[in-house]
Amino acid sequence: MSDVAIIGIGIHPFGRTEGMTGLQQGVHAAREALSDAEMEWSDIQFAFGGSAAAGSADAMVNDLGLTGIPFMNVSNGCATGGSSLLSAYTTIKSGQFDIGMAVGFDKHPRGAFNADPEASGLPRWYGETGLMLTTQFFGMKIQRYMNDYGITSDSLALVAEKAFNNASLNPNAWRREPVSKDTILNAMMVSDPLTKYMFCSPAEGAVALILCKAELAHKYTSKPLFLKGAAFRSRPLGSFEVFSPSLEVERGPSPTVGASDATFEMAGMTREDIDLAQLQDTESGAEIMHMSENGFCKDGEQEKLLQDGDTKLDGKFPVNTDGGCIANGEPVGASGLRQVYENCVQLRGAAGKRQVQGNPKTAYTHVYGAPGISACTIITT
Amino acid sequence: MSNQKPIADNLFTWPSDQPKLLGSRDTETGRYFFPAKKSNTHEQVELSRKGKLWTWTVQRFMPKTPYIGAENPEDFKPYAVGYIELPGEIMVESRLEGVDPEDLKIGMEMELSIDPFVKNEDGEELMMFSFRPCKN
Repeated sequence: MSDVAIIGIGIHPFGRTEGMTGLQQGVHAAREALSDAEMEWSDIQFAFGGSAAAGSADAMVNDLGLTGIPFMNVSNGCATGGSSLLSAYTTIKSGQFDIGMAVGFDKHPRGAFNADPEASGLPRWYGETGLMLTTQFFGMKIQRYMNDYGITSDSLALVAEKAFNNASLNPNAWRREPVSKDTILNAMMVSDPLTKYMFCSPAEGAVALILCKAELAHKYTSKPLFLKGAAFRSRPLGSFEVFSPSLEVERGPSPTVGASDATFEMAGMTREDIDLAQLQDTESGAEIMHMSENGFCKDGEQEKLLQDGDTKLDGKFPVNTDGGCIANGEPVGASGLRQVYENCVQLRGAAGKRQVQGNPKTAYTHVYGAPGISACTIITT
Repeated sequence: MSNQKPIADNLFTWPSDQPKLLGSRDTETGRYFFPAKKSNTHEQVELSRKGKLWTWTVQRFMPKTPYIGAENPEDFKPYAVGYIELPGEIMVESRLEGVDPEDLKIGMEMELSIDPFVKNEDGEELMMFSFRPCKN
Protein backbone atom coordinates (compact mmCIF):
# COMPACT_ATOMS: atom_id res chain seq x y z
CA MET A 1 0.00 0.00 0.00
CA SER A 2 1.25 3.44 -0.79
CA ASP A 3 2.13 6.13 1.73
CA VAL A 4 0.10 9.31 1.99
CA ALA A 5 1.68 12.71 1.37
CA ILE A 6 0.55 16.21 2.30
CA ILE A 7 1.20 18.43 -0.72
CA GLY A 8 -0.87 21.54 -0.11
CA ILE A 9 -1.74 23.56 2.98
CA GLY A 10 -4.00 26.57 3.40
CA ILE A 11 -5.27 28.62 6.31
CA HIS A 12 -7.63 31.48 7.02
CA PRO A 13 -6.21 33.47 9.95
CA PHE A 14 -7.73 32.56 13.30
CA GLY A 15 -9.51 35.03 15.56
CA ARG A 16 -12.51 37.10 14.61
CA THR A 17 -13.30 38.09 11.03
CA GLU A 18 -16.36 40.31 10.82
CA GLY A 19 -18.33 40.09 7.60
CA MET A 20 -17.09 36.63 6.67
CA THR A 21 -18.94 33.40 7.41
CA GLY A 22 -17.13 30.32 8.64
CA LEU A 23 -17.85 28.64 5.33
CA GLN A 24 -16.26 31.53 3.42
CA GLN A 25 -13.18 31.19 5.60
CA GLY A 26 -13.15 27.50 4.67
CA VAL A 27 -13.24 28.40 0.98
CA HIS A 28 -10.36 30.84 1.54
CA ALA A 29 -8.29 28.07 3.16
CA ALA A 30 -9.17 25.61 0.39
CA ARG A 31 -8.07 28.06 -2.32
CA GLU A 32 -4.84 28.73 -0.45
CA ALA A 33 -4.14 25.00 -0.24
CA LEU A 34 -4.82 24.56 -3.97
CA SER A 35 -2.52 27.45 -4.79
CA ASP A 36 0.15 26.03 -2.47
CA ALA A 37 0.01 22.71 -4.36
CA GLU A 38 -0.22 24.53 -7.69
CA MET A 39 -3.35 22.69 -8.61
CA GLU A 40 -6.96 23.36 -9.54
CA TRP A 41 -10.10 22.36 -7.66
CA SER A 42 -10.84 20.09 -10.62
CA ASP A 43 -7.75 18.04 -9.67
CA ILE A 44 -9.33 17.13 -6.34
CA GLN A 45 -11.02 13.73 -6.49
CA PHE A 46 -12.73 13.71 -3.08
CA ALA A 47 -13.05 15.81 0.07
CA PHE A 48 -13.92 15.44 3.74
CA GLY A 49 -14.78 18.48 5.81
CA GLY A 50 -16.75 19.86 8.68
CA SER A 51 -17.57 22.52 11.20
CA ALA A 52 -19.31 22.37 14.55
CA ALA A 53 -21.30 25.58 14.22
CA ALA A 54 -20.77 27.13 10.79
CA GLY A 55 -22.63 24.93 8.36
CA SER A 56 -22.01 22.04 6.01
CA ALA A 57 -18.59 21.80 4.42
CA ASP A 58 -19.94 20.40 1.15
CA ALA A 59 -21.64 23.75 0.50
CA MET A 60 -18.14 24.97 -0.40
CA VAL A 61 -18.59 23.46 -3.88
CA ASN A 62 -20.83 26.41 -4.73
CA ASP A 63 -17.71 28.58 -4.58
CA LEU A 64 -15.01 26.08 -5.49
CA GLY A 65 -16.77 24.54 -8.47
CA LEU A 66 -19.38 21.91 -9.26
CA THR A 67 -17.06 19.11 -10.24
CA GLY A 68 -19.31 16.34 -8.97
CA ILE A 69 -16.76 14.87 -6.54
CA PRO A 70 -17.82 13.06 -3.37
CA PHE A 71 -17.63 15.68 -0.61
CA MET A 72 -18.42 14.16 2.78
CA ASN A 73 -19.49 16.20 5.78
CA VAL A 74 -17.86 15.20 9.04
CA SER A 75 -19.30 16.01 12.44
CA ASN A 76 -17.28 14.72 15.34
CA GLY A 77 -17.09 17.47 17.93
CA CYS A 78 -13.59 18.65 18.70
CA ALA A 79 -12.15 15.82 16.59
CA THR A 80 -13.97 16.94 13.45
CA GLY A 81 -10.76 18.06 11.73
CA GLY A 82 -8.85 15.01 12.89
CA SER A 83 -11.62 12.73 11.68
CA SER A 84 -11.66 14.44 8.26
CA LEU A 85 -7.92 13.98 7.96
CA LEU A 86 -8.08 10.35 9.05
CA SER A 87 -10.88 9.70 6.55
CA ALA A 88 -8.90 11.30 3.72
CA TYR A 89 -5.88 9.26 4.74
CA THR A 90 -7.71 5.92 4.66
CA THR A 91 -9.43 6.82 1.39
CA ILE A 92 -6.06 7.27 -0.30
CA LYS A 93 -4.49 4.35 1.53
CA SER A 94 -7.30 2.08 0.34
CA GLY A 95 -6.56 3.01 -3.25
CA GLN A 96 -10.06 4.34 -3.88
CA PHE A 97 -8.79 7.79 -4.83
CA ASP A 98 -5.36 9.39 -5.29
CA ILE A 99 -5.84 13.07 -4.41
CA GLY A 100 -8.19 14.62 -1.89
CA MET A 101 -8.81 17.46 0.54
CA ALA A 102 -9.51 17.64 4.27
CA VAL A 103 -10.97 20.95 5.37
CA GLY A 104 -12.24 22.33 8.67
CA PHE A 105 -13.66 25.70 9.61
CA ASP A 106 -15.79 27.32 12.28
CA LYS A 107 -17.26 30.50 13.66
CA HIS A 108 -18.51 30.55 17.24
CA PRO A 109 -20.21 33.31 19.20
CA ARG A 110 -18.26 34.95 22.02
CA GLY A 111 -18.04 33.42 25.48
CA ALA A 112 -18.13 29.88 26.80
CA PHE A 113 -20.02 27.21 24.90
CA ASN A 114 -23.67 26.67 25.85
CA ALA A 115 -24.25 23.06 26.69
CA ASP A 116 -27.46 21.15 26.09
CA PRO A 117 -27.79 18.30 28.61
CA GLU A 118 -30.25 16.24 26.58
CA ALA A 119 -28.06 16.40 23.46
CA SER A 120 -25.29 14.82 25.53
CA GLY A 121 -27.58 12.18 27.00
CA LEU A 122 -27.55 13.86 30.42
CA PRO A 123 -30.38 14.80 32.79
CA ARG A 124 -31.77 18.30 32.58
CA TRP A 125 -31.00 19.10 36.26
CA TYR A 126 -27.29 18.69 35.56
CA GLY A 127 -27.31 21.77 33.34
CA GLU A 128 -29.99 23.64 35.29
CA THR A 129 -28.00 23.62 38.54
CA GLY A 130 -24.79 24.92 36.99
CA LEU A 131 -22.69 21.75 36.86
CA MET A 132 -22.43 21.39 33.09
CA LEU A 133 -19.59 23.73 32.16
CA THR A 134 -16.45 22.71 30.30
CA THR A 135 -14.42 25.24 32.30
CA GLN A 136 -15.26 23.43 35.55
CA PHE A 137 -14.01 20.13 34.16
CA PHE A 138 -10.68 21.62 33.12
CA GLY A 139 -10.26 23.30 36.49
CA MET A 140 -11.05 20.11 38.38
CA LYS A 141 -8.85 17.84 36.25
CA ILE A 142 -5.71 19.97 36.64
CA GLN A 143 -6.51 20.69 40.32
CA ARG A 144 -6.31 16.98 41.08
CA TYR A 145 -3.25 16.54 38.84
CA MET A 146 -1.37 19.37 40.58
CA ASN A 147 -2.19 17.78 43.93
CA ASP A 148 -0.96 14.35 42.80
CA TYR A 149 2.16 15.37 40.86
CA GLY A 150 3.39 18.64 42.32
CA ILE A 151 2.66 20.92 39.37
CA THR A 152 2.59 24.61 40.40
CA SER A 153 0.44 27.55 39.31
CA ASP A 154 3.68 29.15 38.17
CA SER A 155 4.03 26.41 35.56
CA LEU A 156 0.42 26.90 34.45
CA ALA A 157 1.32 30.53 33.80
CA LEU A 158 4.50 29.57 31.93
CA VAL A 159 2.43 27.54 29.47
CA ALA A 160 0.21 30.53 28.70
CA GLU A 161 3.15 32.93 28.53
CA LYS A 162 4.82 30.64 25.97
CA ALA A 163 1.61 30.47 23.93
CA PHE A 164 1.38 34.25 23.58
CA ASN A 165 5.11 34.58 22.87
CA ASN A 166 4.91 31.99 20.08
CA ALA A 167 1.76 33.59 18.68
CA SER A 168 3.49 36.98 18.55
CA LEU A 169 5.67 35.40 15.84
CA ASN A 170 2.71 33.90 13.96
CA PRO A 171 0.83 36.23 11.58
CA ASN A 172 -2.14 33.80 11.44
CA ALA A 173 -2.63 33.71 15.22
CA TRP A 174 -5.42 35.55 17.05
CA ARG A 175 -3.79 36.88 20.24
CA ARG A 176 -0.39 38.12 19.13
CA GLU A 177 0.52 40.34 22.09
CA PRO A 178 2.91 38.78 24.60
CA VAL A 179 1.43 38.56 28.12
CA SER A 180 3.75 38.34 31.11
CA LYS A 181 3.68 35.48 33.58
CA ASP A 182 2.70 37.83 36.42
CA THR A 183 -0.20 39.26 34.44
CA ILE A 184 -1.39 35.74 33.68
CA LEU A 185 -1.14 34.66 37.33
CA ASN A 186 -2.89 37.76 38.67
CA ALA A 187 -5.69 37.86 36.09
CA MET A 188 -9.29 37.10 36.93
CA MET A 189 -9.79 33.54 38.11
CA VAL A 190 -12.25 31.70 35.83
CA SER A 191 -12.28 28.21 37.32
CA ASP A 192 -9.68 27.68 40.00
CA PRO A 193 -6.74 27.22 39.51
CA LEU A 194 -7.10 28.60 35.97
CA THR A 195 -7.13 32.33 35.23
CA LYS A 196 -8.57 34.11 32.22
CA TYR A 197 -5.32 34.02 30.22
CA MET A 198 -4.86 30.30 30.79
CA PHE A 199 -8.02 29.42 28.85
CA CYS A 200 -8.59 29.39 25.10
CA SER A 201 -11.81 30.91 23.75
CA PRO A 202 -14.18 29.80 21.04
CA ALA A 203 -13.18 31.66 17.85
CA GLU A 204 -13.10 31.53 14.06
CA GLY A 205 -10.74 30.19 11.45
CA ALA A 206 -10.23 27.57 8.75
CA VAL A 207 -7.60 25.15 7.51
CA ALA A 208 -7.43 22.98 4.38
CA LEU A 209 -4.94 20.25 3.55
CA ILE A 210 -4.42 18.44 0.25
CA LEU A 211 -3.29 14.85 0.45
CA CYS A 212 -2.22 12.44 -2.24
CA LYS A 213 -0.68 9.05 -2.89
CA ALA A 214 3.02 9.39 -2.08
CA GLU A 215 4.13 8.35 -5.57
CA LEU A 216 2.41 11.42 -7.02
CA ALA A 217 3.70 13.94 -4.50
CA HIS A 218 6.76 15.16 -6.41
CA LYS A 219 4.55 16.24 -9.31
CA TYR A 220 3.10 18.94 -7.06
CA THR A 221 5.77 19.93 -4.59
CA SER A 222 9.51 19.74 -4.06
CA LYS A 223 8.94 19.28 -0.31
CA PRO A 224 6.26 16.67 0.24
CA LEU A 225 5.54 15.65 3.81
CA PHE A 226 4.30 12.23 4.79
CA LEU A 227 1.45 11.35 7.11
CA LYS A 228 2.97 8.33 8.83
CA GLY A 229 0.39 7.76 11.51
CA ALA A 230 -3.10 8.94 12.39
CA ALA A 231 -5.45 7.47 14.96
CA PHE A 232 -8.60 8.41 16.81
CA ARG A 233 -10.02 7.04 20.06
CA SER A 234 -13.07 7.64 22.24
CA ARG A 235 -13.07 7.39 26.02
CA PRO A 236 -12.35 4.12 27.80
CA LEU A 237 -13.84 3.06 31.14
CA GLY A 238 -12.43 5.04 34.04
CA SER A 239 -11.25 8.12 32.16
CA PHE A 240 -12.04 11.60 33.54
CA GLU A 241 -14.08 13.48 30.99
CA VAL A 242 -16.06 16.65 30.60
CA PHE A 243 -19.80 16.50 31.44
CA SER A 244 -19.63 13.59 33.90
CA PRO A 245 -22.20 13.67 36.72
CA SER A 246 -20.17 10.82 38.20
CA LEU A 247 -16.83 9.06 37.74
CA GLU A 248 -15.53 5.58 38.42
CA VAL A 249 -13.66 5.35 41.72
CA GLU A 250 -11.07 3.21 39.96
CA ARG A 251 -9.22 5.60 37.67
CA GLY A 252 -8.20 4.61 34.13
CA PRO A 253 -6.30 6.12 31.20
CA SER A 254 -7.63 8.91 29.00
CA PRO A 255 -8.58 8.40 25.33
CA THR A 256 -5.36 10.28 24.50
CA VAL A 257 -3.23 7.39 25.73
CA GLY A 258 -4.90 4.96 23.33
CA ALA A 259 -4.86 7.32 20.37
CA SER A 260 -1.22 8.21 20.93
CA ASP A 261 -0.04 4.60 21.27
CA ALA A 262 -1.98 3.61 18.14
CA THR A 263 -0.43 6.49 16.18
CA PHE A 264 3.11 5.56 17.14
CA GLU A 265 2.46 1.91 16.39
CA MET A 266 1.10 2.77 12.96
CA ALA A 267 4.10 4.97 12.21
CA GLY A 268 6.56 2.42 13.58
CA MET A 269 8.21 5.19 15.59
CA THR A 270 8.93 6.05 19.22
CA ARG A 271 8.51 9.25 21.25
CA GLU A 272 12.25 9.90 20.98
CA ASP A 273 11.85 10.24 17.21
CA ILE A 274 9.63 13.33 17.51
CA ASP A 275 11.21 16.78 17.10
CA LEU A 276 8.24 19.00 18.01
CA ALA A 277 4.58 18.66 18.96
CA GLN A 278 1.26 20.46 18.94
CA LEU A 279 -0.73 19.25 21.96
CA GLN A 280 -4.30 20.18 22.81
CA ASP A 281 -4.12 23.18 25.15
CA THR A 282 -7.74 24.06 25.79
CA GLU A 283 -6.15 25.59 28.87
CA SER A 284 -2.69 25.57 30.40
CA GLY A 285 -3.30 22.48 32.50
CA ALA A 286 -4.38 20.48 29.46
CA GLU A 287 -1.03 21.05 27.73
CA ILE A 288 0.78 19.90 30.87
CA MET A 289 -1.31 16.75 31.33
CA HIS A 290 -1.21 15.97 27.62
CA MET A 291 2.60 15.99 27.64
CA SER A 292 2.47 12.85 29.77
CA GLU A 293 -0.75 11.35 28.37
CA ASN A 294 0.95 11.40 24.96
CA GLY A 295 3.98 9.71 26.47
CA PHE A 296 6.51 12.54 26.07
CA CYS A 297 7.31 12.57 29.79
CA LYS A 298 6.28 10.92 33.04
CA ASP A 299 3.59 12.42 35.29
CA GLY A 300 5.15 15.22 37.30
CA GLU A 301 8.21 15.73 35.09
CA GLN A 302 6.45 18.63 33.39
CA GLU A 303 7.24 20.94 36.30
CA LYS A 304 10.98 20.80 35.64
CA LEU A 305 10.57 20.75 31.84
CA LEU A 306 8.54 23.96 31.99
CA GLN A 307 10.73 25.70 34.54
CA ASP A 308 13.76 24.84 32.36
CA GLY A 309 12.04 26.18 29.25
CA ASP A 310 12.32 22.85 27.42
CA THR A 311 9.01 23.30 25.57
CA LYS A 312 9.77 26.81 24.32
CA LEU A 313 10.60 27.41 20.65
CA ASP A 314 14.32 27.17 21.41
CA GLY A 315 13.93 24.35 23.94
CA LYS A 316 14.73 20.67 23.62
CA PHE A 317 11.16 19.73 22.72
CA PRO A 318 9.07 22.66 21.43
CA VAL A 319 5.32 22.38 22.10
CA ASN A 320 2.56 24.44 20.49
CA THR A 321 4.90 26.46 18.31
CA ASP A 322 2.09 28.50 16.71
CA GLY A 323 0.59 29.62 20.03
CA GLY A 324 -1.77 26.66 20.38
CA CYS A 325 -5.44 26.98 21.24
CA ILE A 326 -4.62 29.48 24.00
CA ALA A 327 -3.47 32.11 21.49
CA ASN A 328 -5.35 30.94 18.37
CA GLY A 329 -8.73 30.30 19.97
CA GLU A 330 -10.70 27.20 19.23
CA PRO A 331 -12.84 27.13 16.11
CA VAL A 332 -13.82 23.53 16.79
CA GLY A 333 -13.93 22.25 13.21
CA ALA A 334 -10.57 23.80 12.28
CA SER A 335 -8.57 23.40 15.46
CA GLY A 336 -7.11 19.93 14.90
CA LEU A 337 -6.14 20.77 11.32
CA ARG A 338 -4.40 23.97 12.49
CA GLN A 339 -2.01 21.78 14.44
CA VAL A 340 -1.21 19.75 11.32
CA TYR A 341 -0.85 22.94 9.28
CA GLU A 342 1.70 24.29 11.77
CA ASN A 343 3.67 21.05 11.69
CA CYS A 344 3.80 21.19 7.89
CA VAL A 345 5.06 24.78 8.03
CA GLN A 346 7.73 23.81 10.56
CA LEU A 347 8.87 20.72 8.63
CA ARG A 348 9.10 22.77 5.45
CA GLY A 349 11.35 25.18 7.33
CA ALA A 350 8.94 27.96 6.45
CA ALA A 351 7.94 29.16 9.93
CA GLY A 352 9.97 32.37 9.80
CA LYS A 353 10.69 33.87 13.21
CA ARG A 354 9.08 30.96 15.03
CA GLN A 355 10.99 28.32 13.06
CA VAL A 356 12.24 25.51 15.26
CA GLN A 357 15.97 25.26 14.69
CA GLY A 358 17.93 22.12 13.89
CA ASN A 359 16.04 21.18 10.74
CA PRO A 360 13.14 19.26 12.36
CA LYS A 361 12.10 16.12 10.50
CA THR A 362 9.22 14.71 12.52
CA ALA A 363 6.26 16.39 14.17
CA TYR A 364 3.29 15.22 16.24
CA THR A 365 -0.24 16.52 16.76
CA HIS A 366 -2.82 15.73 19.41
CA VAL A 367 -6.36 17.05 19.56
CA TYR A 368 -8.72 16.32 22.44
CA GLY A 369 -12.30 17.29 23.13
CA ALA A 370 -15.76 16.57 24.41
CA PRO A 371 -17.09 14.09 25.28
CA GLY A 372 -13.73 12.36 25.62
CA ILE A 373 -12.23 11.91 22.19
CA SER A 374 -8.68 12.20 21.00
CA ALA A 375 -6.92 12.12 17.62
CA CYS A 376 -3.17 12.15 16.91
CA THR A 377 -0.92 12.34 13.86
CA ILE A 378 2.74 11.94 13.02
CA ILE A 379 4.16 13.76 10.01
CA THR A 380 7.68 13.37 8.64
CA THR A 381 9.78 14.96 5.92
CA MET B 1 -43.26 22.46 53.65
CA SER B 2 -45.57 21.03 50.99
CA ASN B 3 -44.39 23.62 48.49
CA GLN B 4 -41.02 21.91 48.10
CA LYS B 5 -40.14 19.11 45.69
CA PRO B 6 -36.96 17.46 44.37
CA ILE B 7 -35.55 19.00 41.18
CA ALA B 8 -35.84 15.57 39.55
CA ASP B 9 -37.41 12.20 40.33
CA ASN B 10 -35.30 9.29 41.54
CA LEU B 11 -32.38 11.55 42.41
CA PHE B 12 -32.32 11.28 46.22
CA THR B 13 -34.41 10.01 49.15
CA TRP B 14 -36.30 12.95 50.57
CA PRO B 15 -37.77 14.17 52.83
CA SER B 16 -35.53 12.38 55.30
CA ASP B 17 -33.28 13.14 58.27
CA GLN B 18 -30.60 11.12 56.52
CA PRO B 19 -31.18 11.72 52.81
CA LYS B 20 -29.23 9.64 50.32
CA LEU B 21 -28.46 9.91 46.63
CA LEU B 22 -30.04 7.23 44.48
CA GLY B 23 -27.75 5.40 42.11
CA SER B 24 -27.82 2.02 40.50
CA ARG B 25 -25.55 -0.99 40.47
CA ASP B 26 -25.01 -3.27 37.52
CA THR B 27 -25.59 -6.73 39.00
CA GLU B 28 -23.35 -8.31 36.34
CA THR B 29 -20.28 -6.09 36.70
CA GLY B 30 -20.81 -4.60 40.17
CA ARG B 31 -20.24 -1.09 38.76
CA TYR B 32 -22.09 1.82 40.34
CA PHE B 33 -23.89 4.49 38.31
CA PHE B 34 -25.16 7.93 39.21
CA PRO B 35 -27.72 9.09 38.32
CA ALA B 36 -29.40 5.67 38.37
CA LYS B 37 -29.59 3.85 35.08
CA LYS B 38 -32.70 1.99 34.03
CA SER B 39 -31.77 -1.44 32.77
CA ASN B 40 -32.70 -5.08 33.36
CA THR B 41 -29.34 -5.70 34.96
CA HIS B 42 -29.39 -2.63 37.22
CA GLU B 43 -30.68 -2.49 40.76
CA GLN B 44 -31.37 0.79 42.53
CA VAL B 45 -29.02 1.56 45.42
CA GLU B 46 -28.83 4.25 48.06
CA LEU B 47 -25.34 5.75 47.94
CA SER B 48 -23.22 6.59 50.97
CA ARG B 49 -23.97 9.94 52.61
CA LYS B 50 -20.33 10.68 53.32
CA GLY B 51 -17.19 10.75 51.25
CA LYS B 52 -13.95 12.55 50.55
CA LEU B 53 -13.38 15.53 48.28
CA TRP B 54 -11.47 14.18 45.26
CA THR B 55 -11.07 17.46 43.37
CA TRP B 56 -12.73 20.86 43.20
CA THR B 57 -12.95 24.18 41.38
CA VAL B 58 -14.94 27.39 41.72
CA GLN B 59 -17.50 28.57 39.17
CA ARG B 60 -16.64 32.28 39.05
CA PHE B 61 -18.89 33.53 36.26
CA MET B 62 -22.64 33.11 35.96
CA PRO B 63 -23.51 30.14 33.74
CA LYS B 64 -25.66 30.67 30.64
CA THR B 65 -28.71 28.57 29.75
CA PRO B 66 -29.79 25.95 30.66
CA TYR B 67 -28.84 27.28 34.13
CA ILE B 68 -31.94 28.22 36.15
CA GLY B 69 -30.35 29.70 39.29
CA ALA B 70 -32.19 32.81 40.52
CA GLU B 71 -29.15 35.12 40.53
CA ASN B 72 -28.58 38.08 38.22
CA PRO B 73 -25.16 38.75 36.74
CA GLU B 74 -24.92 41.67 39.24
CA ASP B 75 -25.52 39.62 42.38
CA PHE B 76 -24.01 36.32 41.20
CA LYS B 77 -21.77 34.77 43.83
CA PRO B 78 -19.14 32.21 42.80
CA TYR B 79 -19.90 28.67 43.93
CA ALA B 80 -17.62 25.70 44.47
CA VAL B 81 -18.00 22.42 42.59
CA GLY B 82 -16.23 19.14 43.17
CA TYR B 83 -16.25 15.39 42.98
CA ILE B 84 -16.93 13.46 46.18
CA GLU B 85 -15.50 9.98 46.36
CA LEU B 86 -18.05 7.70 48.02
CA PRO B 87 -15.75 4.88 49.10
CA GLY B 88 -16.08 1.70 47.10
CA GLU B 89 -19.00 3.12 45.15
CA ILE B 90 -18.58 6.07 42.81
CA MET B 91 -17.43 9.70 42.60
CA VAL B 92 -20.30 12.18 42.39
CA GLU B 93 -20.10 15.70 41.00
CA SER B 94 -21.79 18.23 43.25
CA ARG B 95 -21.92 21.78 44.40
CA LEU B 96 -19.95 22.29 47.62
CA GLU B 97 -21.81 24.38 50.19
CA GLY B 98 -20.98 25.70 53.63
CA VAL B 99 -17.29 26.20 52.94
CA ASP B 100 -15.17 29.05 51.61
CA PRO B 101 -13.12 28.17 48.53
CA GLU B 102 -9.92 29.02 50.47
CA ASP B 103 -10.74 26.25 52.94
CA LEU B 104 -11.32 23.51 50.36
CA LYS B 105 -8.78 20.70 50.56
CA ILE B 106 -8.58 17.53 48.51
CA GLY B 107 -9.30 14.64 50.86
CA MET B 108 -11.56 16.56 53.26
CA GLU B 109 -14.61 14.72 54.62
CA MET B 110 -17.92 15.83 53.10
CA GLU B 111 -21.53 14.83 53.63
CA LEU B 112 -24.75 15.08 51.64
CA SER B 113 -27.25 17.88 52.17
CA ILE B 114 -30.58 18.61 50.46
CA ASP B 115 -31.49 22.29 50.21
CA PRO B 116 -33.77 24.63 48.24
CA PHE B 117 -32.15 25.61 44.93
CA VAL B 118 -34.66 27.85 43.13
CA LYS B 119 -38.42 28.43 42.89
CA ASN B 120 -40.21 27.21 39.77
CA GLU B 121 -42.96 29.17 38.02
CA ASP B 122 -45.59 27.53 40.26
CA GLY B 123 -43.83 28.92 43.30
CA GLU B 124 -42.54 25.52 44.37
CA GLU B 125 -39.05 25.32 45.80
CA LEU B 126 -36.94 22.87 43.84
CA MET B 127 -34.68 20.86 46.14
CA MET B 128 -31.16 19.99 45.06
CA PHE B 129 -28.35 17.99 46.60
CA SER B 130 -24.96 19.33 47.57
CA PHE B 131 -22.10 18.24 49.79
CA ARG B 132 -20.88 20.11 52.88
CA PRO B 133 -17.88 19.58 55.12
CA CYS B 134 -18.66 17.05 57.87
CA LYS B 135 -19.52 18.85 61.10
CA ASN B 136 -17.01 17.07 63.29
